[in-house]
Amino acid sequence: MSNIRLWQKPDGFLIYAILYLTFIYLPVLFLPLFSFNNSTYITFPLKGFTLKWYDKMIHSPSMLEALSNSIKVGLLVAFLSTILGLLAAKAVTRYRLKGKGPLVSFIMIPLVIPEIILAISLLILISQASIPLSLWTIGFSHLLLCIPFSMLILISRLEGFDNSLEEAAMDLGENAWITFWRVTFPIVLPGIVASLLLTFTISFDEFVLAFFLSSTDATLPIYIWSSLRFPTKIPAVLALGASIFVISFFVVSFAEWVRRRGAKLESTSGI
Amino acid sequence: MASTTRFTPRPLSLRFRLGRMFLKSESLRGYSLLSPTLVAMILGLLMPLVVLLTLSFWIQEYLDFIRTFSLKNYTDFFQKQIYIKILFKSIRMSSLVTIVTVMLAYPMAYFIAFRIQRNKLVWLILITVPFWTSYLLRVFAWKIMLGYNGVINSGLKSLGLLSEPLEFLLYNPTSVVITLAHAWAAFAILPIYVSLEKIDRSLIEAARDLGESAFITFVRVTFPLSLPGVIAASLLVFIPTVGDYVTPSLVGGPSGIMIGNIIQSMFGKAQNWPLGAAISVMSMITVTLMVCLFLWGTHSFRKRIA
Repeated sequence: MSNIRLWQKPDGFLIYAILYLTFIYLPVLFLPLFSFNNSTYITFPLKGFTLKWYDKMIHSPSMLEALSNSIKVGLLVAFLSTILGLLAAKAVTRYRLKGKGPLVSFIMIPLVIPEIILAISLLILISQASIPLSLWTIGFSHLLLCIPFSMLILISRLEGFDNSLEEAAMDLGENAWITFWRVTFPIVLPGIVASLLLTFTISFDEFVLAFFLSSTDATLPIYIWSSLRFPTKIPAVLALGASIFVISFFVVSFAEWVRRRGAKLESTSGI
Repeated sequence: MASTTRFTPRPLSLRFRLGRMFLKSESLRGYSLLSPTLVAMILGLLMPLVVLLTLSFWIQEYLDFIRTFSLKNYTDFFQKQIYIKILFKSIRMSSLVTIVTVMLAYPMAYFIAFRIQRNKLVWLILITVPFWTSYLLRVFAWKIMLGYNGVINSGLKSLGLLSEPLEFLLYNPTSVVITLAHAWAAFAILPIYVSLEKIDRSLIEAARDLGESAFITFVRVTFPLSLPGVIAASLLVFIPTVGDYVTPSLVGGPSGIMIGNIIQSMFGKAQNWPLGAAISVMSMITVTLMVCLFLWGTHSFRKRIA
């Protein structure tokens, strides 16, 4: 009965939602589809199932090197940007500082500048200072891009923070370091995890800055970009894209699991 | 032995004294926590922008710069109409992308905020899933979709609905707009969703109880209250897409060129960094003016409604 009713008066919003999801999913789903297609040409009709593109992908040394470069840069950037973001977020939420507003807006500027302008101005500075381009220059540029994100996430986590918790620990004789580890850190942990994941993802996927600031060491997006020019390399790149997708699915699920577990612990321990 | 150590006051180390000074001065501690980030930002943001501005007043001569003040790049920018033309075309295209993206995203955000009762998070994750692939591949996906032998053409052909591939699908401004609207969808939905979710539901109920229709309630109550999200979404889409050069170079073709391609070529093939710097400065000024205009417009709109 209820089914019939549903058919008689369809929910416009639900139909829209389904159409919208189709729009954002459809183009992306063709990537994995063609990564299993037994043909170099990305075109219909499909030629049959194969795993050879995945095999080719795994056995490409330049891809593996780019992957390891991206992971190195991403880990370093995530780590540094979360530390800097945490310090800065603590500073603006805990202390009353003169000129806080303008300082915070200054740190947020990378969010509102087209990336290409950030990239070329860094390129000019670095070349004028005769610093050689390397993974370090890419990492530095990613750090600038990521700090605002870390800071925003951690500010929102610290905003409700009860300072009397820290003061209580200090009054009970703990030093600042132990207070941080035992009191502040556990409360901010979900924010730290979120910041690490987000900044790693941003750095891992960032192309424009890396393109301008790289020398011979490619990151994964640069490898993908240069492969897209060669039709024969494209199916293996699609396989790579599909693999990144599956891996990030597991990472995000894991992060969500950690977050839920954190939320559960929080509600039982009463913090 | 034990008693002497107990009663001798420990000498105060420098670290301890500095620490005490920090404890006393609240704001000093705050600034010192903020300083590493500020130093990074001054080194990596302020200094490069100053150098960019300086370079825009120099002149390129073969592989060297003439380091004397000159307005040549700016007069070039204004006299050779091509740069202004492409800059304005980029702004038109990005504005269109912004309008399309926000208008498509709004009903979706509304649906999740108001119609979904349980498992909202699942819907939000469902929306972000397509964005877990590389940005380059998301853009490339549209080349696969719209290309001469692409999904649409070859699909329709193998279904027998098409005899000759459609050539107008790819390599034009429209394909750039479609691709960008797709690539930035999540950036529009999330802020709008957050601002809709924050709305106090009793305000909407009050309007309905007072006899307003659902439509008027939306126009007078829900939409104005969600404006901060709409504004954030618009800026999050508009600013990065103006400078994008990945999408135009993959799916734009010659007619879909944007200002990002020009800047990139000045730093690549054309080898004219100072002119590239001047074009960047002018683009930045134009984008900032557009954003201010937009914020001023939405501000007065909000005032008029309230």
